[in-house]
Amino acid sequence: MTCRDAMFAALACGSIAAFASVADAAIVRVTISNIAYAPAKIAAHVGDTVEWDNKDFVVHTATARNGAWDVNLPAGKSGRVLLKKAGKIGYYCRFHPNMKGEIDVSAK
Amino acid sequence: MARFVSLAAGAVLLFAGGAAFAQSAKLTDPQIAHIAYTAGVVDIAAANQALKKTSNPQVKAFAEDMVRDHTSVNDKALALCKELGVTPEDNDTSKSIAKQGEEERAKLESLSGAAFDKAYAENEVKYHHMVNTALENTLIPNASNPKLKSLLETGLKIFKGHEEHAKTLAASLK
Repeated sequence: MTCRDAMFAALACGSIAAFASVADAAIVRVTISNIAYAPAKIAAHVGDTVEWDNKDFVVHTATARNGAWDVNLPAGKSGRVLLKKAGKIGYYCRFHPNMKGEIDVSAK
Repeated sequence: MARFVSLAAGAVLLFAGGAAFAQSAKLTDPQIAHIAYTAGVVDIAAANQALKKTSNPQVKAFAEDMVRDHTSVNDKALALCKELGVTPEDNDTSKSIAKQGEEERAKLESLSGAAFDKAYAENEVKYHHMVNTALENTLIPNASNPKLKSLLETGLKIFKGHEEHAKTLAASLK
């Protein structure tokens, strides 16, 4: 391997790594239908975004039990939250507390 | 006779703690639609009364939720009836629900402040429980049209949420 090849390889690896870290920040989707979160339990990483898509005809929320976030989800609309901390976080709908969900957030 | 007894049992569940009624024949879809709609109208009227009388932000928020959700469900029910060519039909159960609702509002009207808030929240627990029991045991099993049945099932899930929400609210007011 020439010096130039080695440099190129290093650059390529570096750019792949940079690209991978961006691609890693995933959007995890949860559908709300028939007064339930589906899937009710999801796994995600710090830096990921959870998106709830409310397909019901009534307004819902995704409200973190620890008070970290409270996403309003009008009928037929979606809402998002960026996960900033690792740990299990339970959430529910403030209007219909029989709707329950959980996100298992792991460190990057 | 057996059928009458089981329907009468449904009727008793429907009005546990309230006025008695006897439905002598199987409920039809137009009657079921009318009963479900009326139950929504009664809860909206109760919520509007609460919105006029309360100064508690939690009670106000709950009442606003009730107006919004029950209006959405009732709008959906009316649209479905139109789609199916069903005309909701008034019946003894609907009349009884409406009458009980009026009586409850008259009782609550004489209260104010924290006493009103507590009575309203407690009645919301009781009322949603009664309607949910009726939906589960009588209205959903008797509904013939699958779309009507499905809407009632969705309604039941929404109203179970209200019942739970009302319980939390009532407990916080003690």
